[in-house]
Amino acid sequence: METSQILETIRMIDEENLDIRTITMGISLLDCIDPDIEQACRKIYQKITTKAAHLVEVVNAIEAEYGVPIIHKRIAVTPISIIGAATAATDYLPFAQALDRAAKQVGVNFIGGFSGLVQKGYQKGDEILIHSLPQALSQTEFVCGSVNVGSSKSGINMDAVRDMGVAVKAAAALSPLAPAKLVVFANAVEDNPFMAGAFHGVGEADVVINVGVSGPGVVKRALEKVKGQPFDVVAETIKKTAFKITRVGQLVGHIAAQRLAVPFGIVDLSLAPTPKVGDSVARILEEIGLETVGTHGTTAALAMLNDAVKKGGVMACNQVGGLSGAFIPVSEDEGMIAAASSGALNLEKLEAMTAVCSVGLDMIAIPGDTPATTIAAMIADEAAIGMINNKTTAVRVIPAVGAKVGDNVEFGGLLGRSPVMPVNTASAADFIARGGHIPAPIHSFKN
Amino acid sequence: MRAVLTVVGRDKVGIVAGVSQTLAQLQFNIVDMSQTIMQGNFTMMLMCELSATDVDFEPIRAQLNQLGQQLGVQIRIQREEIFDTMHKI
Repeated sequence: METSQILETIRMIDEENLDIRTITMGISLLDCIDPDIEQACRKIYQKITTKAAHLVEVVNAIEAEYGVPIIHKRIAVTPISIIGAATAATDYLPFAQALDRAAKQVGVNFIGGFSGLVQKGYQKGDEILIHSLPQALSQTEFVCGSVNVGSSKSGINMDAVRDMGVAVKAAAALSPLAPAKLVVFANAVEDNPFMAGAFHGVGEADVVINVGVSGPGVVKRALEKVKGQPFDVVAETIKKTAFKITRVGQLVGHIAAQRLAVPFGIVDLSLAPTPKVGDSVARILEEIGLETVGTHGTTAALAMLNDAVKKGGVMACNQVGGLSGAFIPVSEDEGMIAAASSGALNLEKLEAMTAVCSVGLDMIAIPGDTPATTIAAMIADEAAIGMINNKTTAVRVIPAVGAKVGDNVEFGGLLGRSPVMPVNTASAADFIARGGHIPAPIHSFKN
Repeated sequence: MRAVLTVVGRDKVGIVAGVSQTLAQLQFNIVDMSQTIMQGNFTMMLMCELSATDVDFEPIRAQLNQLGQQLGVQIRIQREEIFDTMHKI
């Protein structure tokens, strides 16, 4: 073995923050369905604590043996609206509490799946779930929720968009951190290992292991060596680096699945930043030649980065899935925080960026007095981008109660901190009040 | 099971002796080694082998960390596959 390669790997881990962001165990709860909610909660707790009993222990052992940090262990479950629909309950808080207890018992960092898929319409459980979201997310510690309101095949459920605007506001009023655990999707994927939007799709196996990789610092460092060179060289450098990062995800996921005796699902090829210096996607874009992320050129740089990451990563693993691409959360990325604080990065530019990268408007603090209809309209805009472009988009905004533009909001840990960003104050109330359904788009005549 | 052990730090008397003695105590067989001074840093890499397949790494890491502190160097041990996977297609 080449000593230079050994040292390169060690440098990536030590100095460039290469890590596995998450190993997420997907667990189906379809066999926990019961007309009695208490009985259903007991079955859910039982199943999760049995299937994931050794998850943390196995992952910690892998971390020690291979010397690569694995930051989070998580669980994703079947959307609770499906499980809840069988019961006569009118509030799903007990499900959230059961998930929270199970997460605490097995020692994971998050449990996702307090979710509903409503892109075409509401079934009984969906409406109850959406109304339960604010209490469920504010009264639990580990539970994450998500709702899929639109898709390229079904259009956008504008009733759900309206209700989610209300739910986000209500969650923020109950607990400042609750909206950080709530994602509104269009084209949600069923095997996403990342929070807060992870859930275990109904088409998945009973139990699977999915892996989310990270490593923006490694890409940034690699690009420092090709300063001033043409974009072909930049794209090639990103591809090679993404390949190496993703290979680690493939190895770790494969071993974890083997030791836990469950099938290995997918590797999510992502550049997931953290608020730490040297772990930022924004700084990669700046390394490509932008003075500050958010200026003209940002969308093109991000489009290339996102595509090159996928091209490099796809060859590195057996099955790719999840959200796969560069994440651009504001509060979780040191470079984004700096750009938003200086005013160089605004919501409108972030929206444009979401058209070319993974996910969407993510971890953005907005003034606490932003109307629910304006939040709903943001959701509608993002869903429209996802619907027309056949990609996943999402909204995770945090109304900061009592805060105004320019104030700083601290979320702590991986969630970071964010300046409160200005929101267009013209009303969208009449637009949201219409409700109904935006029809699915035509899939030919692409212009 | 094979693992790669790397030692990086300021050169001083007794690093090789200390590391190899600890590895012997832990029942590791050294199958290959290289040592150089890079940018003023003592850098040693060892490929070592343990006949047991099911090994608890935590106590091994703890012992090597303690040795690293005594010698004023950083010692890492990682299973070989991580390097193979990353650099070989």
